Amino acid sequence: MTTLAAILLMTLGVGFLLVAAIGLVRLPDALQRMHSATKAGTLGTALVILGAMLLGEVARPSTGLLTILFLLVTLPFGAQLLGRAAYLSGTPLADIDDDPLAPEVAADRTVDPVTSSPPAARTDSAR
Amino acid sequence: MSGIDMGLVAGVLAATLCAPLALAAWRMLRGPAVADRFVAFDMLTAVAVAFSALTAVATGRSGFLDVALVLSLVNFVATAAFALFLERKGRG
Repeated sequence: MTTLAAILLMTLGVGFLLVAAIGLVRLPDALQRMHSATKAGTLGTALVILGAMLLGEVARPSTGLLTILFLLVTLPFGAQLLGRAAYLSGTPLADIDDDPLAPEVAADRTVDPVTSSPPAARTDSAR
Repeated sequence: MSGIDMGLVAGVLAATLCAPLALAAWRMLRGPAVADRFVAFDMLTAVAVAFSALTAVATGRSGFLDVALVLSLVNFVATAAFALFLERKGRG
């Protein structure tokens, strides 16, 4: 019974990873790709580890639980950092005609051009 | 204990996992912007973590779960570093 549950969880996890990869290929812009890869990908990975953990003779539960906990804790940080960096680096966004943040980003650039100034000051003041 | 060959199951799942690996690699090679490549890198590491968990099942060595833990740790640091780099690099 536990074995069947573990197999089910691992299959589900691999399915989520597959869906995340398909989204990574098919979605139109960088932010949507980030969304697909980080959310569905992390859920798939966590499910695979959970399945491997359920097979009691294989794994120490502490390591698997720690991995899942770490994935779930760092997922929002990684996704937010990637999305922020993708937006600030000026990747084209699909289907967004009026970007409400565009004037502010443009003003930030004209005041402090990226090419000539020490970039650390810009990112630190932006936070 | 129940007549299921876990090595075979893990092998089939790992073979299935080659498809996400190939798709993410395609996006990484193709990706029009640098951000796309970084996103694909994130996805590749997630697939690698899943691979090592499946290897732990197939071989019965729980050490591969430690590999998964370390990979996910390194993944977060790499994502943060890449994001900072991309942010500083700015447009282009």
